[in-house]
Amino acid sequence: MTGYTEKNTAITGIGMSDVSRGATKSALALTVDACLEAIADAGLTRAEIDGIATWPGERADGSGFSAVGCAAVQDALRLKLGWYAGGGEAPGQYGAVFNAIGAISAGLCRNVLIFRTMYEATARKTAFANALLKEGQRQAGPFAWYAPYYTYAASLQQALFFNLYVHNSGITPEQVAQIPINQRRNAGLNPKAVYRTPITLDDYLASPIIATPLRLYDCDVPCDGAVAIIVSRLDVARTLRNPPVRIEAIGSSMQYRNSWTQLDALDTQAQPKVAEMMWSRTDLKPADVDIAQLYDGFTFHTLNWLENFGFCERYGAKDFIEGGRRIALEGELPVNTGGGALSGGRLHAYGAVHEACTQLWGRGGERQVKGDPQVCATSTAGGPLAGAMLLVRD
Amino acid sequence: MHTPTPPARILPAVDMDTLPYWTGGKNGQLLIHRCGDCAYLVHPPVPFCPACDGRNVAPVPVSGRGRVTTFTINHKPWVPGLPVPYVLALVELEEQADVRLVSNITHCDPAEVTFGMAVEVYFEPVEDLYVPLFRPVERLA
Ligand SMILES: [Zn+2]
Repeated sequence: MTGYTEKNTAITGIGMSDVSRGATKSALALTVDACLEAIADAGLTRAEIDGIATWPGERADGSGFSAVGCAAVQDALRLKLGWYAGGGEAPGQYGAVFNAIGAISAGLCRNVLIFRTMYEATARKTAFANALLKEGQRQAGPFAWYAPYYTYAASLQQALFFNLYVHNSGITPEQVAQIPINQRRNAGLNPKAVYRTPITLDDYLASPIIATPLRLYDCDVPCDGAVAIIVSRLDVARTLRNPPVRIEAIGSSMQYRNSWTQLDALDTQAQPKVAEMMWSRTDLKPADVDIAQLYDGFTFHTLNWLENFGFCERYGAKDFIEGGRRIALEGELPVNTGGGALSGGRLHAYGAVHEACTQLWGRGGERQVKGDPQVCATSTAGGPLAGAMLLVRD
Repeated sequence: MHTPTPPARILPAVDMDTLPYWTGGKNGQLLIHRCGDCAYLVHPPVPFCPACDGRNVAPVPVSGRGRVTTFTINHKPWVPGLPVPYVLALVELEEQADVRLVSNITHCDPAEVTFGMAVEVYFEPVEDLYVPLFRPVERLA
């Protein structure tokens, strides 16, 4: 299948700063670490980076949610650009990648540096970051509808969707637990993961309920860290250091009501038609996928993606993950092989891209999936945000 | 027994379109925008009807009855004094199921709330606004 412009692009390098629950350097310093590592990994120099993209762009609100934007990186590295963009109104965190694909295809640039910086661990030491509500201030924007109802955090809002999923699917807490248990096991083999001690079913069931049915261990872990990737035009990619990880297909659609209250697919979220779009742009099928790095802001996002990507049927995730064997490193579909955001740290979908490339390039060390994986499905976000990519190593 | 005062509800910023929703409770009315041409309810309020392309959309009182689409029982005391557990819910209107309102379900034990439960609106005045809240429809003998 040809003619889709994402097929003319590839990931050529990756970088990741130290990831921690309290950084010893600034958010910009972490970002520079990740960016320089990615540029060098691709076999490029700063002078050859001619585009930057990020999601959601700099938010100077003290939350640490996005402490660094394009302008700071461009100036820190003194890059000479043909194009740049940072912004949050996009199909989830991968919006930055989709923008880069467009810019490369339009001939505006050839090697785009894409980064995502989180500084939430440090921010939460001084303020209740990620709080949706600010005392003494009237709430504007889409969460205005939630404001008067003691909706203090995304976890509480998302529990609404999770509970409907549980109601409709009949999944049990013992089955959901396989997601965090598997990921913690993988994190134990990942030196960069923030939480590496194995957890058991009893640990999961004992973790505090935040809002039914959501427990603490269903939530990703706020961290300080930065990830960078280089997306290059395919002909350029083929002259560089690593075998290109081609962007075989993307899903970027929004076919639902773009709303945290009126979304017309509450328990499957905005993912089904995004996944459908991705599969419509490739000859590959779910059975061709070797590994999956699925969004895990909350465990039920991962359950949703297993179903919406077609790895199992609707409401079949509970059986698919039963006992955890299928999604383990040795299983038929290893999922979130580096520990994901639940255990590796909330690098907000870019940790997932970094891990995808790590595995596709055979750099996984102790957690390397056997059999030389070549195809990875990866996805981002929940609620009305959803984006998907199918990555294939040349 | 002394009951601590719950934290103040944090109010939404309102504009000309959303003001009726947040103030209709002054007259005991839940005001939802409706298309004057085809009767489609447009929520959140927009001065355009996506069902018939009409521009004749204005707030009207609705029944205030609905059903619980989904809900969650919050257990985490996010701020000091917050009485837990409490129920956060999405309520679909009796008149049109694709109008979903965020609310708390009160006047019952959180454990009694179920999917599809019939609820009715009431209002809590906070500063200059009237926050719509829902409680179980009174079970008539
Ligand atoms: Zn109409």
